[in-house]
Amino acid sequence: MELTVGPNQFFWPAENWMSFYGDLAHASVDRIVLGELVCSKRLPFYQDRIPDAITRLVEAGKQVALTSLALVTLKRERKLTADLADLGVTVEINDLTALAHLPQNTAFDVGPLINVYNEGTLAWLVSRGARRICLPPELPIASVRVLAQAAASLGVAVEVWGHGRLPLAISGRCYHARLHGRSKDNCQFACENDPDGLDVLTGDGQPFMAMNGVQTLSDSYACTDHQIELLQSAGVSALRLSPQSQGFPRLCALYRQRLDGQLDRGDLEHALRAADPGIRLSDGFLTGESGAEWSGSACAPIEAAR
Amino acid sequence: MVMEIVCPAGTPAALRAAVKAGAHTVYCGFNDETNARNFPGLNFDRAEMRAGVAFAHDHGAKVLVAINTFPRAGSEAIWHRAVADAETCGADAVILADIGLLDYAACSHPGLRRHLSVQAAAANADVINFYAETFDVKRVVLPRVLSVPEIAAINAETEVETEVFVFGGLCVMAEGRCSLSSYATGLSPNMNGVCSPASHVEYQNDQGALNTRLGGYLIHRVERNQPAPYPTLCKGCFSAGEKTGHLFEDPVSLNAERLIPQLQKAGVTALKIEGRQRSKSYVAQVVRNFRAAVDALEAGRPLPEGMLARLSEGQAMTTGAYKKTWR
Amino acid sequence: MPVPENPIPRCPAALAATLRIAPLAPLSLSLTVFTRQLAKKNPEMFQRLGPYGRSVFVLDPTDLPVVLLLDPNGGAPKVTLTRRSGTGVARVSGPLAALLGLVHGAFDGDALFFSRDLVIEGDTAAALALRNAIDDAELDLAHEAATLSGPLARPLKQLITLVERRTGLYLTRPEDAVLW
Repeated sequence: MELTVGPNQFFWPAENWMSFYGDLAHASVDRIVLGELVCSKRLPFYQDRIPDAITRLVEAGKQVALTSLALVTLKRERKLTADLADLGVTVEINDLTALAHLPQNTAFDVGPLINVYNEGTLAWLVSRGARRICLPPELPIASVRVLAQAAASLGVAVEVWGHGRLPLAISGRCYHARLHGRSKDNCQFACENDPDGLDVLTGDGQPFMAMNGVQTLSDSYACTDHQIELLQSAGVSALRLSPQSQGFPRLCALYRQRLDGQLDRGDLEHALRAADPGIRLSDGFLTGESGAEWSGSACAPIEAAR
Repeated sequence: MVMEIVCPAGTPAALRAAVKAGAHTVYCGFNDETNARNFPGLNFDRAEMRAGVAFAHDHGAKVLVAINTFPRAGSEAIWHRAVADAETCGADAVILADIGLLDYAACSHPGLRRHLSVQAAAANADVINFYAETFDVKRVVLPRVLSVPEIAAINAETEVETEVFVFGGLCVMAEGRCSLSSYATGLSPNMNGVCSPASHVEYQNDQGALNTRLGGYLIHRVERNQPAPYPTLCKGCFSAGEKTGHLFEDPVSLNAERLIPQLQKAGVTALKIEGRQRSKSYVAQVVRNFRAAVDALEAGRPLPEGMLARLSEGQAMTTGAYKKTWR
Repeated sequence: MPVPENPIPRCPAALAATLRIAPLAPLSLSLTVFTRQLAKKNPEMFQRLGPYGRSVFVLDPTDLPVVLLLDPNGGAPKVTLTRRSGTGVARVSGPLAALLGLVHGAFDGDALFFSRDLVIEGDTAAALALRNAIDDAELDLAHEAATLSGPLARPLKQLITLVERRTGLYLTRPEDAVLW
C-alpha cells in the first residue's frame, strides 16, 4: 500500500506551512495533496508559496495534487475553483463544483468529501475521468471492500482515511468566529491559534469534537493500525494521512514501517501512545458500531474523563 | 405565479391533512432507508404511496418522492427499485442526492422528473447548472447555508427552478456532507436516513432537569420549565476554550415567513416546509399559514401575522443563513 | 385553535379521586376490549409499530393516580391500569389532556415535547414509533366508545361521560372544518 498525505485542514502561518511541505520532500510518502480545503479566506496567506512547494515535492519524486475547496459558495471561490487546473498538477475534487470547471477528458482525483458511497457513483466518476478515489471516512469496511473491487475492475485506485482527526462536517457558518463573538466576514482569523483544531467538550467534560473554522472534526485521531491487513485484503491501494502540526514526519515513518511489515499490529498504536500518552484514537467508522469507537487498547485519560 | 408550497408528509394521514390544508405539493418517502427521514413508524409502503398520489392528484396537488440517501455499496438495487416504484405510483418527481442514482434515474427512467435534494449540497450556480446539463435536473433544493442575495445571484445564473426551506428544523452543516451523527451513534443521514437517531437518545430526569445523551455523549441539559430542544448533535451545548454554550447553533428552528416577499423577488419557485417527522396537526397548521401568506402576496395584500412559535424547537425561531449575519 | 396556545387543561381532582379508589380490573378489561376494537379497524396502526409490535408502553397521565400499560401484542392489544409506576420499553408522561390530544391529532407531539408538557423515558425510538402510528390512525375515541356494547362498555362510557362533563379534554377528533 502507498501513503498519501491529505491537504492540511488547519490554518498555519506561511513559514510553518512551507517548512511542513519542505520536510515532506524527505518523508516516506508517495503522494501529497495540498492547497486550501476548508476556508478560502486563509489562502492569500500562503497562496504564493504553493508553486514552490509543488516544485520541491515533484523534484523529490512525489506525486502531487491540488485540492479544491470543500464548499464553494462565493463568487471569489467559484473563480478560485475554476482556476485550479491552471497550475498544471492533478486536481483533487472535494466539491463537485470543481468537476463542473474541469475540461472534459481531464483526469482528476476524488477526495474524501465527495460522496462516493456506491458502485454507481464510482463508475460515473471514472467515466468522467477519475483515476484515484479517496472514500468518505464514514464508510464501513463492507462498503470499502465492494468499492475497492469495483474500482479495481475499472482500473482506478482506492484510498482510505488512514490517520488524523476526521472531517465530520462543513458549514456556511464559522464556529471559530462565532466563539469569539465575530461574524464570518470579520473573523480576524480566529482559527489561527489552533493549529490542530480547538477541542470541543460535552457538558460533562468529555472530549467530543474539534472546531476548525467552518469545519467540524472528530476529537479523536482516526488510526488504522488495527485494520491494515483488512484494508490490504480488501484491495485498498493507499492510506491517507492527514497533516498535524506536531510529529508528522515520524507519523509517516511509522505508517511506512507498519505497511512494510516492520511493525506488527498494535506496535504503531504503542509508538503513538509512547509519544503522547493522552492521545485519543478511533477506528469505529471502519469496524465499530460508531465512528468514535476504538478497537485497540483503552486509553486511561479518556476513561477517567467519563 | 403564486409561489409553490411544498409540504412534508410522514404518514398518509399527514399527506391528506397537507392537501386539504392547501399544499400545492407534498413530499414523502418510502418506509425504508432510501429516504432521509427513516424514522420508526413513519413513511409509506408502496400501496400507501399509490393511494397518497391518487388522493393528491384528485385534489389538484402534486407528490414528490424523496429518495435522498446515498445507496449502500452492494445494495443499489433497493434504491433503483424505489425510483422505479415512485414512477409506477404516479409520483410527479423524485428528489435525489446521489450521483450514481441520478445517473440511473436519468438513463432508466428518463420520463420521471428529477429534483436535486438538499442532501447534494449544491450551493452555487456552476454546480447547479452542471447537475442540470448532466442529469437533466429540473429543480434544486438549496442548502440552508445561503443568504437571500446569494439565492438571487444563483437564480440569475440558472434556468433550474429553486426551492428553499422556509420553516422547520435547521441544519447548520452543509447537508449530505455531515457525519457527526454516525461518529456518535453509527447511524447517519447519508447512509441510514437518520440524524441523531431516537434509538440512541437517552433522556434522564436529573432533579427536575432534563439531561439528554446521544450515543452516551451528554449533548444538553435543560432546567425545569425551560423549553426542550430536539436531541440534535449540532444544537447541543458544549464547551471550547473558555466558552460554554450552543457553539454551533442555538436550539432554534427556521421561520422565514417574513422573508417570503424577498425570496419571491430573488426568483425562488417553491417554499419548502421541513418536518416529515411531525404530526398531521403540525403539517395542517403550518401549511395553512404559509398558503395564506403566498396567496396574500399574490393578491397584493399584507402578509398575515405569524402564529407558529409554539410549534418550534426550543420555541425560538431564526431566519438562519438567509440573513448574512448568521454566519 | 388546535395548538396548545393556552396551558393544557389539568384533570380535575374529582376524576383523580374517583380513580384513586375505583376498582381497576373492570376498567382495564373494558379498555382492552375497546382497544381491540380500534385494532380491528386500524390494523395498519400496529404494522407501523414495526419491531415494537410486542413491546409494552407505559402511558402515564401525570394528573391521574394511575398509569396505563399498553401491550400492542401483535395486533391484539392488552391494556392494564395500575396504581404502580409500571415498567415497559418506554414511558410517555404528560397531562391526560396532552395524551388524548395527541391521540386525536389535536396536538403535535414534538411541540408538546419542546414545551415540556410531554416527557419521554426509556426507548425513545419505540415512543416515536407509537406516536407516529397513532398520528396516522386518525382515531376518535368518543365515537369509537359510543359504538361499544355489552357489560364491559359501561365503566368506560361512565368514565368518558365524567371526563367530558368535567374537563376540556379532547375526546373527539377536531372537526375537519376546525382543522382546515
